[in-house]
Amino acid sequence: MSDHAGYIIAAYGLTIVVVLGMIAAIVIDRRRIERALARFPSRGTDTDNRP
Amino acid sequence: MLWFANPANFLWLANRLIPWLAGISAAVLAVGLYLAFFVAPADYQQGETVRIMFIHVPAAWISMFCYGLMALAALGTLVWRHPLADAAQQAAAPLGAAFTFICLVTGSLWGKPMWGTWWVWDARLTSVLVLFIIYLGLIALWRTIEEPALAGRAAAILTLVGCVNLPIIKFSVDWWNTLHQPASVFRLGGPTIHPTMLWPLLIMALGATLLFLTLHLMATRNEILRRRLRRMSILAVQESRAAPRAEGARG
Repeated sequence: MSDHAGYIIAAYGLTIVVVLGMIAAIVIDRRRIERALARFPSRGTDTDNRP
Repeated sequence: MLWFANPANFLWLANRLIPWLAGISAAVLAVGLYLAFFVAPADYQQGETVRIMFIHVPAAWISMFCYGLMALAALGTLVWRHPLADAAQQAAAPLGAAFTFICLVTGSLWGKPMWGTWWVWDARLTSVLVLFIIYLGLIALWRTIEEPALAGRAAAILTLVGCVNLPIIKFSVDWWNTLHQPASVFRLGGPTIHPTMLWPLLIMALGATLLFLTLHLMATRNEILRRRLRRMSILAVQESRAAPRAEGARG
């Protein structure tokens, strides 16, 4: 590539880590909330409410 | 629009939209990355380092777009006191902070080989750093105040006050003598970038916008469910406290 390849790789690497981190945080949060909601089975805990 | 503003309808629509949006985002970003690395030429001055711009510029765009979206949601919270507006605003703040962080660090990684320094206290860089601090402040505010409605109103006011920073970021390169280059895409005379670089940049910006919208829908869905969980937990505690009293009254 070039003398500056390290800067380019670092920029793309950091972006990938941050984006994957955001996705993982949201997915893990969703699973945690759904597990907690499952403790209330009789109160409409369906997370896919049809209008 | 009003139908969409109902949290139950929002959940129903979000569950159907998210897989499609995620797929389209991944496809657009894949095309954008291919164009950025294999089609766009090296810049005559920046050389290969120009490829950092294909993530730096979309991240900068999203950092401001996200704040604009939060400002609209803040109006929805303060004017109509709509719970979905508050949830949408709260869900957007960490995403905005993450994209602003990407913008700042990739800018720094570009600045070192091009300007010879990681950082300068120039108006554009400093105003974007202020935006990042505002995002962190908003996240802290939501975590500090336990009552969601009160936290939502306080955060909405702070968000609207922070809006003053958006035109400062945009026009800082025109108002002050900065090291950061002036606008080269969104300007009155049209873009100054050659189409071989402009198109990959626009496609990457579109991909980043779709990715942000996907993540925002997912995070807002989480926020609505979290609030539902909170209401149910409070109700369960109230019922468990009321039950012994009812037993005692009967006995």
